[in-house]
This record gives sequence, C-alpha cells and structure tokens, in this order.
Amino acid sequence: MKYEAVIGLEVHAQMLTETKIFCGCSTKFGSEPNTQTCPICIGMPGVLPVLNKKALEFAIRTGLATNCKISNYSRFARKNYFYPDLPKGYQISQYELPICEHGFLEIVVDGEVKKIGITRIHMEEDAGKNIHEGGGNYSFVDLNRTGVPLMEIVSEPDIRSPKEAAEYMKKLRTILRYLGVCDGNMEQGSLRCDANVSIRPVGQKELGTRAEVKNINSFKFVEKALEYEIKRQIKVIEEGGKIIQETRLWDSDRGITESMRSKEEAHDYRYFPEPDLVPMTVEQKWIDEIKSSLPELPDVKRERFVAEFGLPEYDADLLTSEKSIANWFEGAVKAGGQAKAVSNWMMGELMKLLNEENKTFEECALKPAQLAEMLSLMDKGTISGKIAKTIFEEMYKTGKDADVIVKEKGLVQVSDEGAIEKAVDEIIAKNPKEVERYKSGDEKLLGFFVGQVMKAMKGKANPQILNEILKKKLS
Amino acid sequence: MKISVEHIAKLARLSVSEEEKELFGPQLNGILSYMEKLDELNTKDVGPTSHVLSLSNVMRDDMPGNSIPREDALLNAPDHTDKFYRVPKIIE
Repeated sequence: MKYEAVIGLEVHAQMLTETKIFCGCSTKFGSEPNTQTCPICIGMPGVLPVLNKKALEFAIRTGLATNCKISNYSRFARKNYFYPDLPKGYQISQYELPICEHGFLEIVVDGEVKKIGITRIHMEEDAGKNIHEGGGNYSFVDLNRTGVPLMEIVSEPDIRSPKEAAEYMKKLRTILRYLGVCDGNMEQGSLRCDANVSIRPVGQKELGTRAEVKNINSFKFVEKALEYEIKRQIKVIEEGGKIIQETRLWDSDRGITESMRSKEEAHDYRYFPEPDLVPMTVEQKWIDEIKSSLPELPDVKRERFVAEFGLPEYDADLLTSEKSIANWFEGAVKAGGQAKAVSNWMMGELMKLLNEENKTFEECALKPAQLAEMLSLMDKGTISGKIAKTIFEEMYKTGKDADVIVKEKGLVQVSDEGAIEKAVDEIIAKNPKEVERYKSGDEKLLGFFVGQVMKAMKGKANPQILNEILKKKLS
Repeated sequence: MKISVEHIAKLARLSVSEEEKELFGPQLNGILSYMEKLDELNTKDVGPTSHVLSLSNVMRDDMPGNSIPREDALLNAPDHTDKFYRVPKIIE
C-alpha cells in the first residue's frame, strides 16, 4: 500500500528584542549563567509583569508578513506545569485569543508553488535552560533565558513530505530574518521546530494518529528526522501495529526518534486568562503603520530581480535568500555592474571566499562598488578575465580597489600585438612537435598553445588578440 | 464527584492520604456547588470578562532595566552552586 505523510510544524522563534518579554532583563545570548534575571522573571511573589511593546510589534510584523489576520483583541493565558526550568510553575503564553491567525506562506517544491496554511502565531515567554552534563546526580538550571520573548508559529497540517517541511522552514527563516525579528539560528536554539507527523493510505481523508517529534535542533535534521519518523510509522502499520499518540525525541547521533515515555501522561495545563496582564487591543492605525514599515519580502524581491535585472530564477532565488546578499547585489548593480556578471562573481568567487572564512555578507569587507569597478576594468579591456580572479581575491583580502592593485602589481592586460606576437613565436619555436600535430588536424591543441603563451605572459595577454595571432601563425 | 482529588493532587505534586482524599473531596465539590449559584444569573447581555480592570495595552518600551546580582538570585533557592540552581537529576 502507498502511504502519504501529513505534517504540521510548530516553530518557536526567539524575538530579537533587547529585553525580556515582561521585564527589563537583557536577552543577550551566552552571558554568565544566572546574571540576567530579576524578581519578575524568576517568579518572586508579588511582582507584576509588564508587556514589552516591541515583542507585540514583532509578532504583528510576522503576522502581516505571513498573510495572517491580526486580532484586534488578544490576551495572555497561564499554562500550568512543573519543570525545573520554569520558576513560576506556569508559563505565560496565549491560548484562545492569539495575536495572529489564519495566515499562509508559499513554498516551491519541484517547481510547483504550494500554499502552507499558518493556523496561528502567538507570543509566550521562554523557559530557562537545564544542564545535565557533569553533575552526577544533579542537573543545573540557568534562568538567563527565562522570559525571553518567543513567537510560536503553528502551521496547518498541509505539509506532505520531509522536503516540503524543509522548504517551509527555510522560507519561514528567511522571512523572519528579513523582518529582523529573529536571527534564525537553529543550532543556538533561537529557532526551534517540533513536528506533528502522521501517515495515512493515499486517498484516505481521515488523519492517522500522530506523533510529535521534538528536539530537531539543526536545519539539516528537519528532513532526516521526518524521513525516519515516516518510515517508522509505515513499518509499524505494515507489521499490523498501531501508532501511539506520543512525544518522540530526535536523536541526531543515532539518526532515530525515540519515545519520551516520561511525557506520555496526558497533559492538563489548566489554561486560564493571565490575571497579571491586561488584554491587548490593537488599533488598525498601528497595524497600518507596521505594514508600511515592512521590508520588501523575499518572494516579491525574487520576482523583481528576474523582471528588473533579467536574472535566471536560480540566481534570483539565491541572491534573495538573505536580505544582506540582496542588498549587496543591488549595491553593485547600482554602482554600474552588469547584473548577471555581478551575480556570477557573487555566487562564485565571493561566496567561496566568504565560506572559507565562515563569514556572511554582513561581515563582508569588500564593497559592492569595488566589484562594479573591477567589472568596468574588464569591460574596457584593461584586465583580462583570468587576471580579474587574482585581482578579486586581492581586493577581498586587502580591501584595496581594483585599479590600485592593477597598478601596484602591473597586471594591465597586454593588447599590444607586437608583444603578443613575440611570445607566440617563442612558444611555436619551442614546440615543433605540437605544431606538426596541430597542422595535421589536431585542433584541440590550440588550447595548449594559448595556455603556454598565457603562462609566459603571466596571464596578461588579451585572449581575443592572442587567439587571432595564434590561429594566423599556425595555419 | 466532579473533582478527582487524586488528579489535582498529582498535578500540584502533592501527596494526599486516603483520609485526606475523603475529607477534601466533598469540601472541594462543596465549593464548586456553591459557585454554581452564579449560573442562576441571567448574563445574556454581559460580555465575558477576563480581567477585573477595564484597562488594556499596558506596555513598556524595550529598554534594559536592572537585573539582580547572581548571589541574590540564588539566595532563596533550596540548593545551588556558585553559578547555578541545583536540582535532582532531570533525565534518567
């Protein structure tokens, strides 16, 4: 029998606010443990939380960018449970009146556009961090993260394959980063993904029993964890078993999901409206203001790059995957660079150099205008394409402009026919056998002669002129 | 019985004896029945209330305030090291 998977994702995104959601403690990552807390976030009796306006704004921004309806009346709720990383004994979250609902985003899988529904986006506070290593019979708790604002973004069960799930995550991350509301770092935990997975025979309408897969803590594991879980469920069904509704943990070392028996007991969170916080009423005026401040989003930008610059889809897709890359590209084009040439240099040499140093475009010292200037030197014939590679690396490393490097290193392209002819004569004289072979029809050897002359002239020969002279001399 | 003493005791991490269960059950259910008196009111024209104050949108700007020294934060904990709260091992 053929099965299809039904997947819904719950994504937690840490918001890039300066301070926590209900108090003024810093949200900075990686500080000394338990140095960013106060009576409010560690749940001392008698304190009162006050909502960080920025967190609400970020949630609305995200809602607008994912086609959600923004609730004009919304409130917080208490979710009650005990865990050592939750000092109050409850998490302030949202329940029946979330800030955003009924949105969607579009992904492209195998060349087809697919809409994935977003059920809701709500705000909540993060829990602290438990550390289990090296403590013998103890675990340790760091409450710096307690109260860091989170958005929980819940998708509809519209996802049908691990690949679609990965595309959805990628798209969501790109949007969050464009909006500047989350840094999208899965490894550091600022973006987390839980997946609800079930399978059913193709054609069946009713949903199968689902399992929740947690702890998918890296981008590359989204697909792997889901592939494993789907295979596991198919196997259980085909062997005559039943899927149990349960929480399963992804174990990346072993590449499997495992039942979390300790969490099997049915949850009873006893949600109720949070009495310490007053409700939120969001005026249309504020929504409109936020809407008008949204940046151009990746889909729109990609289409514009194709239409305005005549770029292939592939280039446009890659160049709009990060706002910083897109800005760099547009900077170089604005400075006079030809769009496709800029794109080629960025996707080739520049990304290679950045990757070698593990750097992003934000950290790129090379200025877009510097690439544009180098391209204009190529157009004018001052430098050859081959030399340009050397110059580009030098520009990247030293920050110097292309014309300065050309002068310093004497890299100006030689278009003087006399000089090229002289070099060609020398090479021909040195390689009589190859000349014979070429003349008797082995025309592939032209490349050999070009290479030899280029080598002799340190790559500075104008390739067009060199080709002409060579062909003339050899015929 | 509407309330299972056993269930809510478990949720609250309280251990209750058989005698206590017998004692608390009727008491808690008595409170519920008493509150049910409110059902007799006609609330047709009254909107649901989630907060006693008729306020909304009390917010703060995203400006850093003061955190407290770590020693103070750890002071009330039943157990701690110089940097962390210490609890019984969570994962078996």
